[in-house]
Amino acid sequence: MSSTSASSLTLAEAASTGSDHAHRQEDAGELMHRIEQFLYLEARLQDTHAYDDWEALWTDDAIYWVPANGHDTDPEREMSIIYDNRSRIRLRVEQLKTGRHHTQTPPSNLARLISNVELVRQEGDEVHVRANMLVFEDNLRGETIWAARNEYTLRMVEGAFRLARKKVALVNNHKPIFTLSFLV
Amino acid sequence: MLHMPKTPDYRSLVEPTRVHSSLYTDERIFQDELERIWYRTWVYVGHVSEVPNPNDYVTKSIGPTPVLLVRDRAGEIRLLLNKCPHRGNQLCAYRRGNRTTFTCPYHSWTFSNTGDLIGFAFADGYEGCDKRQFGLGKVPRIGIYRGFIFGSFAEDGPSLDEYLGGAKASLDQLLDNSPEGELELTAGFLQHRTKANWKFILENETDGYHPAFVHSSIFQVSDSGIGKLYDPRSSALTRDFGNGHTEFDLRPEWRRLDKPLQWFGTNEGRLPDYVRAMTGAYGPERARQIMIDGTPHTMIFPNLFIAEIQLFVIQPIAVDETIQHVTALQFKGAPDFNRRLRQQTMGSVGPAGLLLADDTEMYERNHRGAAIRDPEWLTLTRGLHRERRDENGYLIGHSTDEVPQRGIWRHYLELMTA
Repeated sequence: MSSTSASSLTLAEAASTGSDHAHRQEDAGELMHRIEQFLYLEARLQDTHAYDDWEALWTDDAIYWVPANGHDTDPEREMSIIYDNRSRIRLRVEQLKTGRHHTQTPPSNLARLISNVELVRQEGDEVHVRANMLVFEDNLRGETIWAARNEYTLRMVEGAFRLARKKVALVNNHKPIFTLSFLV
Repeated sequence: MLHMPKTPDYRSLVEPTRVHSSLYTDERIFQDELERIWYRTWVYVGHVSEVPNPNDYVTKSIGPTPVLLVRDRAGEIRLLLNKCPHRGNQLCAYRRGNRTTFTCPYHSWTFSNTGDLIGFAFADGYEGCDKRQFGLGKVPRIGIYRGFIFGSFAEDGPSLDEYLGGAKASLDQLLDNSPEGELELTAGFLQHRTKANWKFILENETDGYHPAFVHSSIFQVSDSGIGKLYDPRSSALTRDFGNGHTEFDLRPEWRRLDKPLQWFGTNEGRLPDYVRAMTGAYGPERARQIMIDGTPHTMIFPNLFIAEIQLFVIQPIAVDETIQHVTALQFKGAPDFNRRLRQQTMGSVGPAGLLLADDTEMYERNHRGAAIRDPEWLTLTRGLHRERRDENGYLIGHSTDEVPQRGIWRHYLELMTA
């Protein structure tokens, strides 16, 4: 079987050719699949308030950042909605687990969509990924829709991805927003 | 809706130890408040450090009304209304910037940053027109106390100095914590939206009764030591400065513990540069006392709240909607201190703050509850029997007493019946 362009190959066709090119296609497809599966896993753990499992996704040097007032502010000089290191991520989760963090008692009902997943670049054991996110939140106040352009640094640790950095850039983060107390 | 007379009779709705629920939920009362409080008294607008250079401007507000806080080309602070006087178009659509003129995008009328009309497009239709009649609207009175800019829509009334009264001492106490005696609000604001009436937030700011319950989750998982300040054994005080200004005075506790920077959950060894700068500026004895006393916890009526490490501005939007604008206090000449202030502020306040998210949840539940018919009256009796006067004549009570809330409502009634 021959092909006229790489883009016309399906994964199955590429796998059957045995060429280097096709192998690269297969690897890239497999990598994207693993990235997407990881992002969907994180989304499900967040939506189902699986706090311990979610916390276990983070590396020890993790940064969890939700900027305010634009998408390219300096979190070391300007206010952010969330700018957590690993110990504050833990504190955030511990607070939720007390059952007395009133803004999450009862917890928000959530469903989020992760889409437009792009592999930005690969560096050693890390991949830099972008994705769009839409969250439907229902709580005592009512229903809120949150939209964000997310950026992730995922690190391969013992054969599985971990979150080394996550930036949640809410598209309306320059305006007043309601309480954001679920795991975003 | 609760049963209400056609024109609210405020004397029948605000009693010394209880208030009627409709004060939080009635649309007509909210409109009255705009006229009698927000558009009449002194309201905090912004800080001089937000417009450091000539021609800087930043969009602020007085109640729901947007205001351009401008430092004009001569360096003078001005408060202009963001409305082209021609057809009412929103003049400036950016939150901040630096410019000498503002040009309306609709018909290209151009104004100096002093608010004067300086040019028309197609001027041949305006022969004989007196440009002086078409300047931008202005907030008629501006008062600045130690960098804090207040505006009043009333042409006449008490001076800012008279209005602030005893609350000036809190701002002085705050600025003593800077080695250079100045604040720099340079970190930008978080904007936290709440479906609740603004007065629930006002009353909560110096309420020392709620933290033990509302913030129990964070006290349980972090050993901040703050929780003890708000329990019945605390020697902290609540105080009513008059004019609606109130404070939660933690100094008695900090003086009892007698450890510099204990109020900030740290010690002198962790902030050596700051301690050196403070000692250099004030001398060792005074510097030590300032660092023991810490910063104030003071609510300046109706919208400026200094919460130890943060500055909040309360902005009413509608009877059931309020925005809290909050930023980390930053002290001139204290970079190591400022870094910690920012980190702690980002953890505790704003939409995802470990503290404020729970306060805000309470405001929203307060508001939904207030709309329920029965009981109509909400009570504020706590600590009434032990209320007393301090050496300056201000009413004080235990840290968990409702002295501030009663003081706020006394002032509210004066304003609404003036």
